[in-house]
Formats: sequence, C-alpha cells, structure tokens
Amino acid sequence: MTEPGGTTRVAAPPGVPLRQDTVADATATPDREQPYAALGLTADEYARIGATLGRRPTDAELAIYSVMWSEHCSYKSSRKHLRQFAAKAPATDVLLAGIGQNAGVVDVGHGYAVTFKIESHNHPSYVEPFQGAATGVGGIVRDILAMGARPVAVMDSLRFGPADAPDTQRVLPGVVGGISFYGNCLGLPNIGGELAFDPCYLGNPLVNALCVGVLRPEDLKLAAATGPGNQVVLLGSRTGPDGIGGASVLASASFGGSGEGAKRPSVQVGDPFMEKLLVECCLELYHAGLVVGVQDLGAAGVACATTELSAGGGTGMRVALDRVPLRDASLGPAEILMSESQERMMAIVTPANVAPVLSICAKWDVPATVIGEVTDSGRLEMTWHGAPVVDIPPSSAANDGPVYDRPARRPDSQDALASDDAGRLPRPAGPAAASALRADLLLLVGSAEGGDKAWVTEQYDRYVRGDTVLAMPHDAGLLRIDAETGLGVALATDGNGRYCHLDPYAGTQLALAEAHRNVAASGARPLAVTNCLNFGSPEDPAVMWQFTEAVRGLADGCQQLGVPVTGGNVSFYNQTGPTAIRPTPVVGVLGVHDDVRRRVPSGFGLPDAAIVLLGHTRAEFGGSLWAWLRHGHLGGRPPAVDLAAERSLADVLVAAAAEQLVATAHDLSDGGLAMALAEACLTGGTGCAVTLPGDAATFLFSESAARVIVAVRPGSELAFRQLCATNGVPATDIGQTGGTALEIAGWFSVPLAELADLHGSALPALFG
Amino acid sequence: MTARIGVVTFPGSLDDRDARRAVARAGATPVQLWHDDASLHGVDAVVLPGGFSYGDYLRCGAIARFAPVMGEIIGAVGSGLPVLGICNGFQILCEAHLLPGALTRNVARRFISRDIRIRIETVTSAWTCGYEAGQEITVVLKSGEGAYAADAATLAELEARGQILCRYAGSNPNGSAGDIAGVVSSTGTVAGLMPHPEHAIDALTGPSADGLPFFTSVLRALAPA
Repeated sequence: MTEPGGTTRVAAPPGVPLRQDTVADATATPDREQPYAALGLTADEYARIGATLGRRPTDAELAIYSVMWSEHCSYKSSRKHLRQFAAKAPATDVLLAGIGQNAGVVDVGHGYAVTFKIESHNHPSYVEPFQGAATGVGGIVRDILAMGARPVAVMDSLRFGPADAPDTQRVLPGVVGGISFYGNCLGLPNIGGELAFDPCYLGNPLVNALCVGVLRPEDLKLAAATGPGNQVVLLGSRTGPDGIGGASVLASASFGGSGEGAKRPSVQVGDPFMEKLLVECCLELYHAGLVVGVQDLGAAGVACATTELSAGGGTGMRVALDRVPLRDASLGPAEILMSESQERMMAIVTPANVAPVLSICAKWDVPATVIGEVTDSGRLEMTWHGAPVVDIPPSSAANDGPVYDRPARRPDSQDALASDDAGRLPRPAGPAAASALRADLLLLVGSAEGGDKAWVTEQYDRYVRGDTVLAMPHDAGLLRIDAETGLGVALATDGNGRYCHLDPYAGTQLALAEAHRNVAASGARPLAVTNCLNFGSPEDPAVMWQFTEAVRGLADGCQQLGVPVTGGNVSFYNQTGPTAIRPTPVVGVLGVHDDVRRRVPSGFGLPDAAIVLLGHTRAEFGGSLWAWLRHGHLGGRPPAVDLAAERSLADVLVAAAAEQLVATAHDLSDGGLAMALAEACLTGGTGCAVTLPGDAATFLFSESAARVIVAVRPGSELAFRQLCATNGVPATDIGQTGGTALEIAGWFSVPLAELADLHGSALPALFG
Repeated sequence: MTARIGVVTFPGSLDDRDARRAVARAGATPVQLWHDDASLHGVDAVVLPGGFSYGDYLRCGAIARFAPVMGEIIGAVGSGLPVLGICNGFQILCEAHLLPGALTRNVARRFISRDIRIRIETVTSAWTCGYEAGQEITVVLKSGEGAYAADAATLAELEARGQILCRYAGSNPNGSAGDIAGVVSSTGTVAGLMPHPEHAIDALTGPSADGLPFFTSVLRALAPA
C-alpha cells in the first residue's frame, strides 16, 4: 500500500508481526541508509545519535530521536535564551513548579494552587482548521491534567490573515468551530482571549490555547517514573496513524507555500468525549492516591512520555510496544512511538494498585493497558513481540539533545522602519476635523480588528461549571475558586505583532504590560506569567534577532514587574517560504482576586459616575490601530514602555477594587481612548460625555501605555483621588457616564445604537 | 425534612455540578445519580442536566435514553415523579418520548452561547409554578442543536393544552418552531427546555438569578397540600 507521504509499506498478514529493525540488526548492519532527513534531522544530529549509542539507531530509535530532538520538543534553538526567565526571575514564594514541568504551578493561598499554560497549534490549524484547533485545546488541557489539577477554564488567542481574504473564510470558521466543539463538549468555560487580523498571518494563522487548572498543593503531580518494579499504564484512546510526525515535520518546519494538504495526515483528530472521560478518570485516580507519576501524551506521543517519565525519575523503563492498543493493526513500533493520537495519558502505578486503577478506568469506560515497568537500569528498553527494538539512555532523548546558538542579526531594515515616524501622519484638523474624528472612530469600531467579537465568543460556553465571574468582552477572565472566601483567579492574554515588528524588545514588554493591566483592571493582583512565542524560522538571523530581543524583553519586564515566568511554549517556523510572520509573542498573566464579589467589570453600568483617565497620554501613533486602519501605516516607534508606571497603576486598580471605589475599569490599548470609551459604553449599555484634555486626535487615538479609564462610584471621588496621588498615578477627570450616546464635547456625538450596529455587524458581515 | 432531588450524571454530562448547586441553593438536598444506577435512591424529583451525554454520538440524547437510570425514571414518571430536562436533558426526554417533538440543528449551523430572554407560558407545571404567567426572565442559551421541531398537529395540541412551558421573547435565536424554548407533559410534571435556568441562580456567575424559581417551584409542588 502507498502511504500519503509517498513511502511504500508492506502490510503483514494477520497475526504475523512485520519484521522490524532490531537492536541486533542495527549492530549487524552499521551502514544501512536511514531516512533521517525526511524525519527532520540534520546529518550532524544523525551522527550525534550514532555517537550516543555507539551504533546506528534502529528505526524505532530514530523515530524517538527525530521527534524528541525536533525544535518543537527540544527547544534546541531557544533553550539558550529561555534560561533568562529563570536567571532573572523575581524572588517569589508562590511558585510550586516552574519551567520544565508540563505547566507552572502557583500557590494562591487558602489551600489552593493554580496551574496554567498557553501553547501553540498553529500549523495543524492551517492545514486542517477544525481538528487542528480542537486538538490544540485537547493538548493543553492534558498538560494541566498531568500536573494533578482539575482543568477549569480555557482561553484562546487567535490571529488570522485579512478578515476579507478568501482563505480566512476557510480558516477562521474552522478554527472557531474546532475550539467551540472541543471546549464545549469537554465542559470547560472559555473565558477570554484575543482575535486579531493581519496580512502576515494569511498563510500561517496563530492558534494559541490556554488552560488553567486548580489543585490542592499536596496533590501536585510530576512527570517522573520512580520505583523500579512500578507498572507503566497507558490510559485512553487506542493509538492510530494520526498525527505521525506532528512535532517534527509539521510543527518544526516552515510551510513551502503549496501542497500543505499533504501534511494533513500529520494533524491529529480529536474526541472531546473521550477527553472528558479521561479527565474525570484521572482525577478519580489521583484522589484515590493510586498514581505515582503521570504524563500526558501530546507532541511525540509514546516516545515523549516514556523518555520524559524515565528521565524525570532518573530510572529506566522496559516497554512492550506490541501491548499498545491500536486502532490500526498494521502500525509498527516507529509509528506507534511517533503517533500523536489524542486523549491518552501515561501513569506510573505500583503493582499492588494496578487492579484498582483498572477498575476505576473501567467505571469511566477508559481503556487502560499495562505496557511496561520501571527499572533501575538507566536505559529505556522497548521490545516488539519480544525482540529488542529500542535501547537508549532516556535523558539523551529527553534532555540532552542538541542546543544551538543560532546567529542573530538585527536587520538593516529596522532603521528605515524606525525613522518612518507615525507622528508625521496627517491627523484630522481644520474645519472638517470634527467629522473626520468621528469618521475615524467609526472606522475603528466597525473594523474586523476593533469590532465586536461576539460572532466568535458566542460559539463558546462561558458558563459551565458555574464559577465564571467575568469573561469576554471584559478585560480579563475571572473565575471563582472558593465560594466561601470569594477567592478567585484572573487571566488575560495579549500580544501585538505590529509593536513587536517595530521593536521586539519593547513590543514584548508592551504585551506583558497590557496583560498585567487587564488582570489588575478586574481587581486581581498579577502573580505569574506564561507565554507563547510565535516566530518565523530560527535559521533566519533576522528572526533569531527578533526572538532574542523578545525573550530579553520579557525576562527583563517580568523582573521589573515582580511576576515570574512559570512556563510557556516556543513556536518557530511560522512562515511560508521566505516570509515570516511578524514576531508575535503572546503573554498570559495570572492574578489572584481576594474576593470576586468585588470584581470590576469593563463596561459603564452606573450613570453619573465620574470618568477618570489614569496615566500619561503622549502623541504615540507608531504601530497604532489608527495608523494601520486609517493610513495603512506601520512605522516609527511603538509606545514607550514604563513598567514602574504599570506597577503603580496596578496597585491603584487592585486597591480601588478592594475598597470598592470604582464601578468600571477598562484598559486602553488598540485604538486608544476612543476604542476604550466605545467598548465601555457598549459593554455596559450606558453612554458617556467626555471632554478631551488636549489635542483631540492624540487623546482619542494615541496608544500610550500604562493607561486605564475608570468610572468612580459616586461619593468615592476623594478617596480615589487620594489613592492615585499616594501611588503617583496621574488621574485626569474627563467626564461622566450616562445617557445614550458617546459624546466627545465640542467635537462629536455618536448614538449608542449607531455605535452598536457598526460594532456588532463587523464580523457577521464577513462571516455570516 | 428537605426534598431530595436527584441529578443524573451520564458520561459526558457537563452541567451536573451546576444543577446540583442550583438544587442546593433552592433549599433541597442534591443527590448524585449515576447513569448506570438501577435505582433512584428514593429521590423526590430528578434533573437531567446539560452536556454531551455519550458524546452526543448517533444523535443528541439517543444513547442516554437507554441508560439503566432512564429505565427507572421512565417507570417513576408514571407515578408522578417530577423530571426537569435541561438542554441535553431536554433532548434525552424527547428521545425517550417522555416529551413530544425533537431538537434539531440551529438554523445558523453554529453553536450559540448567549444570554437571552424567555417568557414563561405555563405556570401550572411542577417546575414553573413559582413564576407569574407571562413573566420574562433572562437565562443562558448554549446549544448547537436547540431548534425545537414537531409536526403541525403536535404544535397545535401543545398550544391548546397549555403544554408550552416557555418561549423565546424577542428574536428566535435558533429557528425553533413557534419560538418554543421548552415544553411540559400533559401531567405538568415532566418539563424540558433548551435554556439553562441552573446557570442563572446568582448574578455573580450568571446573567441573573431569574432561573432559581425552577428549582424552588418543584419544592412547592412536592410539598403536601
């Protein structure tokens, strides 16, 4: 039979295993040619495997190394730089597990811990949008489950090509449908995220999925196979031929510009119902104390889980690969090792607990099979119908892969870009200024970028589990953790490819600052950071320069804000041919809310409340939504970063929420004050009358950072003003809430009905 | 003694936790019922919660209808057991022929999760006797296959007998026949609706607290006259 990939395979007659390349064969035939390049390995990497083993690898071993040493699994181009996150981490006593684990774990007090992580599923989502995005959700949920936590919510950060591009009509509805299908069926509320459009994502959309889970600190699980004699149990779906090479040939290579359909077999297929059973089953196993160690099966499947578990435990492992339950009986050891079939976990269980484990699995109808045992040999040994086909030191695959110090060079084009100052763009002036300002506001509000995201978010269940306090379109998602005390966690993700294109160091800090601000706006104290770093090919020095600047910016920024990076994900090769996406680090910030009953929404609800603009406004249009949509311009400098100001601002917002001084808080970001006012009016269904304290275009459309608008509760004006003064946060009264229009005194007024119509029809007009 | 209200968990049930919380909030004792149970453990009423029972394979509710616990429920309905099916629970009740009609794919072919207004049409049922006739409430609709369908004769009969539990007020979100959001059996004890009253019991975590009377109503109906 001919495989979609073009290779030919002879199917074995039923009951007779196909003859496989054994360890003895590898020793006997040292010169046999092996398809390492087709599996994504370089000649040097292939030679390194030989040097590690003292012989050529077997086909099964080659499969393991090819996926484990892929960029996606090994972080070989990024590892050197990611060390800064630990080196520059601010002192903290809340981090229970950090970088290197499946997800970071943070102690949030009252006997609770929270684990969260964001991960990319970009290439699968382009090749097969529905399943690609669906399995992105499934994968990150299992990462959280593997920490011993109950997954409690998801978020998604999405970027597509131009909203009106034909291919976006294919990709966006598929991606949103896939997330909706998987997340809804799994019973996890979707509490927020992002949606952005830019031509740079046309051939390479970004689909980043975040999951958050809750656990008791003592229930924390680590990916370690300890205790020789303990059994290795594979839980969940049978293994099939889907997703073979997903981590290597799909995730760790650029698109060639055509024929991506040929990579469809590398996309996994999801079954959220099985995942729901797997979640409930694993949680019951954990609570019964039956699991010594656990690992999810995601990228690189059985290869990854077995090498990481045994490397993590400092032990060895013996696995009978022919015991892995299959959906397709013709699969051989290499394919079984590389398959990324979904909804699988691997647990380490003492021999005495195997029976109770299997009985709980049977209760949940989750297939469970003992496939091996932990040894003290320090070797990962696998057999196929008795014949040894793998014999390697597990850490050589899991931890000691190649590390590259790729050349990085700031491209000369950055100079021209920086000098193309957005301050030179014509701004509305003269007699027609009022109507031009109004038109510019409506342009932003009615654009796909600035429009209402309900077309997307209405496909997601936000209510299930009954603990969602805030979700989109509010600044942050806010979940109740403990009904007794009101303890909760807030989450926000942000990224801005335009800012990072202009300056990846500053742009990444602006993404961090925005997510930090969004969390604080809800009244939660920012505590920890996760990140998904989406870049082009690391083999391009210009991309590598963007990457190193972004990592340095994030590490420095986290240090200054006092929030540690707890983990994350690097996604390279987001490019088609020679054209890379704009550098797009997406930063997720988690905060703790002491009492969610005191949450602060982003919409104006209360009439006659004073609207106060916090922070300094400067004429900063570089990378702004206004420059992009009004002038098609991207140049100059992004807004200035002031992390000390961000920190003070967050202090004010958290204190104001605790003391219930403000009824509304909304972050200023894309589209500046104009967009922020429009969104606050529409979200809360209440108008406002605002007087601009300076140049109209600057105050409406500049995107100066470290700014928020708040509506102060009547009677609390003085206390709020004092709070701002104490913290050194500039506070400017700009108007009042109320009425049924967004009124900019002396310039223009827009009835809310008109605003809502434009805002609400932006996406339906494009996507039906 | 407080009433004991069972909430069934099928594999793939998702809103069972929310339903138990709503039951408790109403002042009753929630009792977890497992799909494989061949006993109702003496509960006074049953809620079939939302979710994707058995993955919604074949057809929403089609497999759940054959679960052992459903056999018990179908038997007890004959002796007056009040049953409320929410979303997937409504689909199961229709598949089990405890309620007429069927739920089909939303007319826009997309999952809809939205705060909506519904109008309570029947206040003589065990689950809505705490409302006022014609009262409009805000609850959550979240479903992909929520369009109620029945033949013209059935629709006319439901209307004539006062078996339309509630209707979508304002625009029809999913193409349901006659704007029907929920129906009730001729006995007034078995009710099903697509929107989720259990997500609207506290304005902190839902769009309103308008859904709570569904759960307090049944306590009133169960109380000795």
